Amino acid sequence: MTLRQGAAWAADTARAAERGPGMAGSVTKSRGYAVYLIPGVLASLGVIVVPLVMTVYYSFTKWTGVGDPRWVGLENYSRLVEDTLFWQSFGNIALLVIAMAVVPTLLGLVLAAVLFDYVAKHFGDRWAGLFRSGYYLPQVLPVAVTGIVWTWILHPGYGALNQILDAVGLEGLAKNWLGDEDYALYSVMAVMIWFQLGYPIVMFMSGLSRIDPSLYEAADLDGATWWQRFRKITVHMIRPELYVVLVTTTIAALKIFAQVFVLTKGGPANSTMVPSYFAYENYFEKARVGYGSAISTVLTVLIVILAFLFLRLQHRSEELR
Amino acid sequence: MTLATAKAPTRTPEVGSSEALEHRNPVRFFVLAALLVLLLLMVGPMLAVAVNAFKSPADYAANGPLSIPADVYWDGIVDFWNRVDFGRKLWNSFVTALAVSVFGVVLSILNAYALGIGRVRGRVWFLVFFLVANLLPQEVLVYPLYHIAKEADLYDSLIAIVIIFTVIQSAFGTYLLTSVYAEFPRELLDAAAVDGAGKWRTLWRVVVPVSGPTLAVLFTFFFIWTWNEFFLPLIFLVSNDNQTVPVALGVLQGDRMMDATTTSASALIGILPAILFFLIFQRTLTRGIAAGAIK
Repeated sequence: MTLRQGAAWAADTARAAERGPGMAGSVTKSRGYAVYLIPGVLASLGVIVVPLVMTVYYSFTKWTGVGDPRWVGLENYSRLVEDTLFWQSFGNIALLVIAMAVVPTLLGLVLAAVLFDYVAKHFGDRWAGLFRSGYYLPQVLPVAVTGIVWTWILHPGYGALNQILDAVGLEGLAKNWLGDEDYALYSVMAVMIWFQLGYPIVMFMSGLSRIDPSLYEAADLDGATWWQRFRKITVHMIRPELYVVLVTTTIAALKIFAQVFVLTKGGPANSTMVPSYFAYENYFEKARVGYGSAISTVLTVLIVILAFLFLRLQHRSEELR
Repeated sequence: MTLATAKAPTRTPEVGSSEALEHRNPVRFFVLAALLVLLLLMVGPMLAVAVNAFKSPADYAANGPLSIPADVYWDGIVDFWNRVDFGRKLWNSFVTALAVSVFGVVLSILNAYALGIGRVRGRVWFLVFFLVANLLPQEVLVYPLYHIAKEADLYDSLIAIVIIFTVIQSAFGTYLLTSVYAEFPRELLDAAAVDGAGKWRTLWRVVVPVSGPTLAVLFTFFFIWTWNEFFLPLIFLVSNDNQTVPVALGVLQGDRMMDATTTSASALIGILPAILFFLIFQRTLTRGIAAGAIK
């Protein structure tokens, strides 16, 4: 999931397109290319623009999905503000941002540096590659399927985790990991760290391969410790990747659906409710299309604002350099 | 974050590296051990699935999740496969993913040709649009799409899924490919023009072959993403005959028949195709991630 935006997020793409090589003296005329945009524009209108506008319209109506929507103005939004479940779902998202963006980025940074700078040097590239592939594996598996694996591992009765705890004499620690409202969200967070960790590692390692080895050699000559090199060279040099990873993982956390659907369905007692599942429930289980649309609209606005804030931040830091 | 404070690398004269050399061996061992433990945590769940998929329910009940299967028990996998008609789900997933990758790449090429090479007026706004389209949560599109599909008699049909994902994936593809085409060597285009090739011919004879590697990366991304998609297929593909692999497995969660060994069996056959693609496409993928991250 995150890779989707991950690879897309070369933030200066728009500017690259703007700059481009000079056109002066080129034989090729730039007119007559617009026709090539027609299929893409028509398709985007039908699948993205029109549905988007319709959802925003529905968010101002009361509608069960059958018959005609009835205009109610801002009623859905004012209800939303007072809905504790809505606030709770966004609070849960804040914790999931920690599990999906902050922790994997920090851990991934250290791991990528260790793999690139230490393991590759002292044990060889094959070892570094092996570790990278292993850590990345959860990212390539269908999310729904890894969710199934974890529901089994965390099952209170026949689950592997409790049985392992049992076997090593720690049965006191056994929990109903996904079924107890005190632990469910933390269990989901742990699964998400597991799921997400490989992505920053791969991104950061590809960024590290850009760094001129002589920088490290110079630092070595100066007697810098590993930690100093890590902070002054590694982190500094892969800042573009750092931004990309933080933006994409944060947005992925805001959008999280499949994992929650498979692991907990938002329960128990809504303790793992997230906005996208909340919207889904309103659309398809409660037939409250207007309300579901309002939730989705708020989520969308939040994501777009966040994305552009990140872009601004990134541009500014690039200008500072 | 150290983002804002990071400075240009400065000289840090300090103790010689001889000390580091002395400590090398214990450090080496410790680092390797820590990485191996982490590796075990990361792939452990999959290993557990592989082991328990071949156990009989009685074996699992008696010996728990960590024992080696008493003898290889295929019935769990075979029964599950037949019960959910898994071959059919595999075929549905394959056809959808393949169609989306082909159409998505073609649509991305056309868009990027106009934006990156043709540099049509207002291209920045088109790019902003495709960027935003990339960010949208599918929840904000789903209900109207569901409604339209029902009206158009495309509900519960793979065609609807192919159309929707072709557009969604190509929003990403357009964004990525435009930046690649913006740097496309002008000499090649000029040479084609001198030879009398029109825009259409230039696109397929010059631009597409030259950008082949990038297109391969896009194709791979589209295929794997579409294969793994869950939310929209869950809503659109309701009948058993049309479900894709993730949907078929996802909706069985909590089903009565899903005991520990059946769950493992189902997870194993859900994981295997993905691992197969991963191995086939691994080279393209790592190259692609690198290519996408830095322009």
